[in-house]
Amino acid sequence: MAFFLETLLGGLMAGMLYSLVALGFVLIFKASGVFNFSQGAMVLFAALAMARFSEWIPALGITEIFAVNLVAFIAAGAVMFVVAWVIERLVLRHLVNQEGTTLLMATLGITYFLEGLGQSLFGSSVYKIDIGMPKDPVMILESTFEGGVLINKEDFYAAIIAAALVALLSLFFQKTATGRALRAVADDHQAAQSIGIPLNRIWVIVWCVAGVVALVAGMIWGSKLGAQFSLTTVALRALPVVILGGLTSVPGAIVGGLIIGVGEKLSEVYLGPFVGGGIEIWFAYVLALGFLLIRPQGLFGEKIIDRV
Amino acid sequence: MFYRENGQFKTSYRADQQILPILQDRIAMLVLLVVGFVIVPMLASDYIFRAILIPFLILSLAAVGVNILVGYCGQISLGSGAFMAVGAYAAYNFFVRIDGMPLILALVLGGVCAMLFGMVFGLPSLRVKGLYLAVATLAAQFFADWLFLRVQWFTNNSSSGSVSVNNLQVFGFSLESSAAKYWFCLLLLSVIALLAKNLVRGAVGREWMAIRDMDVAAAVIGIRPMFAKLSAFAVSSFIVGVSGGLWAFINLGAWEPAAFSVDQSFRLLFMVIIGGMGSIMGSFFGAAFIVILPIALSQILPAVTSALGFEISTASISHAELMVFGGLIVWFLIVEPHGLAKLWAIGKQKLRLWPFPH
Repeated sequence: MAFFLETLLGGLMAGMLYSLVALGFVLIFKASGVFNFSQGAMVLFAALAMARFSEWIPALGITEIFAVNLVAFIAAGAVMFVVAWVIERLVLRHLVNQEGTTLLMATLGITYFLEGLGQSLFGSSVYKIDIGMPKDPVMILESTFEGGVLINKEDFYAAIIAAALVALLSLFFQKTATGRALRAVADDHQAAQSIGIPLNRIWVIVWCVAGVVALVAGMIWGSKLGAQFSLTTVALRALPVVILGGLTSVPGAIVGGLIIGVGEKLSEVYLGPFVGGGIEIWFAYVLALGFLLIRPQGLFGEKIIDRV
Repeated sequence: MFYRENGQFKTSYRADQQILPILQDRIAMLVLLVVGFVIVPMLASDYIFRAILIPFLILSLAAVGVNILVGYCGQISLGSGAFMAVGAYAAYNFFVRIDGMPLILALVLGGVCAMLFGMVFGLPSLRVKGLYLAVATLAAQFFADWLFLRVQWFTNNSSSGSVSVNNLQVFGFSLESSAAKYWFCLLLLSVIALLAKNLVRGAVGREWMAIRDMDVAAAVIGIRPMFAKLSAFAVSSFIVGVSGGLWAFINLGAWEPAAFSVDQSFRLLFMVIIGGMGSIMGSFFGAAFIVILPIALSQILPAVTSALGFEISTASISHAELMVFGGLIVWFLIVEPHGLAKLWAIGKQKLRLWPFPH
């Protein structure tokens, strides 16, 4: 029982991180109808920027770890703003009104470009991001179960940061004028334009927000695994999450992430041994595939999918 | 001046509908075939065969397959690497487990297995399309990656996970030399490309294109979406499967599942985008481009940077390659969605009037 709970909690924590990446997908799809395949590359780019800035900044005379990380975070955020602006300016603006698949392939191109650019600007080794999170595991529920349940403190803090980000984003969407404009654009591009909402600026904002989300995701993943190329595969893991949760739903990204995280861990532990292990890789996809056939719009998505 | 069809009259439907209706095109094609089959093998060095020509031929074949699905039928696929892998491993198993199995039959059977695999993962296309289908085909990719890595049976219980073939021969001719491999690939490519060209010109191809352009309208005028889509998946994954077998048997010789990773799928898709969606000839352009670009960059970039006075590392070259790929894909999608094939067609059109502009 304790082992099951441990696996479950581990899955939930991992799922929270998938949700963070998935959130980036959902934000952009909601506001512009573009399925942004390059979210993973953005996570990599942001993590690399953050890691390198925090290495370089002590040379400027700031040495306290919190201040260093704060400045690095802001600097990396500024870089992501620039990236978002350039993408809107050079790519999206020219592809208005194109088919969804064309836009998807364009973001594939952006993916490759960002991967190359990120690594040539910031280097391609494994870099450490140290945001001062405690890494030691703690025991909880020791009185209830024999041996207790072991959880990683780092995962726990990561989950809290993710939850805070989601809360912040919901506030931004619900309470600010910009958030309302974003929701208007998501509902109907033309109607939003006709009442004077500038579409291009909204897209820049959305890509910036997605960039910041990517930065947070990159920071957390990076402090876990190190900022390195393999972060891009995390994005491929987050794809089934959005399919499962629904492409247009922020809560869907969270719930989908949790389901995929738990499903992956449980299937690996309890089904894996029968079929040779390593089924984490495709389990999420097959789950999403099965779900696609039953409920194509996902758990919380709007029912506007192109049925054939 | 030279490229003009004035005076070439057609007196039958047959003559009007042939693949190359203009005499100059037929001559050019004949010259191309002679160059490909006779002249190139006499001139090319072993390095050129191994590094450029053989990969180019096999990837062209794969690109033709992907183009049928993505370009002609409009079903985006990110799982082509998986179809290649299925073709390769199925062909390997037929080849190793059955004594005296002819190479060509093994490749074709591998293609048939890839076809069945492709049709199973093509089933979601009947319900969803666009990026949802992309996710479905990605599922095929990751499933195949895992299958050939973890299930020992497929690799003939090889302990290292990598498998190899040797002593390949076709009808008693050994395929050991590079030139023989080249000939074999070229022959297979020519036959399959001709079949594919005829298929997309015929009724089936028109059904695919109708589905691609507007599926609802196609269904209204009596095209069966299920038949059109599944046949596109079947033909496409058969061709991709055969090319996977060739890639493994002829180009690699010894391989492991990483040879058919998701990167390979993306590369195949890029070939189709850059070469030209919905064009058999574009597949050749795209494959040539993708094969030659990294080699060209690794030659040109160091020369340029050393002329400017600094050294460039191999890592930077591979990053530059990624950036060039990414930039080109976006550029082509924005400026010329029909790819290099369209540029070629424009060039030909201009040539018809040359040197008189009107």
